Amino acid sequence: MPTPSLNEYLIISGLLFAIGLGGVIIRRNIIVIFMCLELMLAAASLTLVAFSRFSVTDKGLPDYDGQMLVFFIITVAAAEVAVGLAIIVSLYRARQTIHTDELTSLRG
Amino acid sequence: MPSPFFYIFAAMMLSGGLMVIFMRNPVSSALSMVLSFIGLAGIFIGLNAYFVGILQILVYAGAIMVLFIFIIMLLDVKEEESHPRKGLAITAGVLIPVALIIQLTGVILTNDKSSSAPPLTLEAAAADYKQDSVIHKKLISGSLPDVHLIGRKLFTEYNFPLQVIAVLLLVATVGCVALSKKSSAPKNGDKPDKG
Repeated sequence: MPTPSLNEYLIISGLLFAIGLGGVIIRRNIIVIFMCLELMLAAASLTLVAFSRFSVTDKGLPDYDGQMLVFFIITVAAAEVAVGLAIIVSLYRARQTIHTDELTSLRG
Repeated sequence: MPSPFFYIFAAMMLSGGLMVIFMRNPVSSALSMVLSFIGLAGIFIGLNAYFVGILQILVYAGAIMVLFIFIIMLLDVKEEESHPRKGLAITAGVLIPVALIIQLTGVILTNDKSSSAPPLTLEAAAADYKQDSVIHKKLISGSLPDVHLIGRKLFTEYNFPLQVIAVLLLVATVGCVALSKKSSAPKNGDKPDKG
């Protein structure tokens, strides 16, 4: 049974990235915006894994450099979520809100 | 007709992503994110990236989702957005991703990459590894020793980035503790206020 082509992987990865981008623009809740950022990171990971599978080395194994990069992306994303949620908690302590509409201190 | 699993998992991933945006309740959004990542892990496994797929489920569905749910519970976020949304934000949030998709499809359609994934020649690759190593045995028997190959690469070629990422995790841990402490530290014998 044939496997899907690289184009299909790239297109669904682009769709996932676009969904994440739309969520970051539309939503007003910082936590949900953060989840949408995670979706965008995951879309980038999907691109990397697809390229890793499709560029087989001359030995006949997948090119594992792409998967190593995904490994590091997942690690950095975990660290980023931890720090970001800590920032959100301290923001909520200071302002009692997590809606971006109500955070207007920097508005000129 | 390609394998139906790809389309099942892709639909799962994309519908999970859409549900993250359209669910009003943040807890539903967090659970939809998990659905999306499980679909993504299925696609990874379909791409012969077993280790990355399992890692995706363990880290995202296991750790990060729990962290999100925990913070949502801690902050007691209610059903949000009773106040009207701004039309401008919705317009921009639809138009910009659609423009991105159109551009991307245009670029992708210009190259001809419509062939299937190239086959893996596992028996031929076994010659590069030592005779009685686990990698050699598994390659000879025709299964891809994904974890062993990644581990070998991680601790040889990528040893320095691995240690840098370890320091990054340490910095993130210390940063979280520092951020979570009360910012207004009690001075000159003031009593720290509760709450």
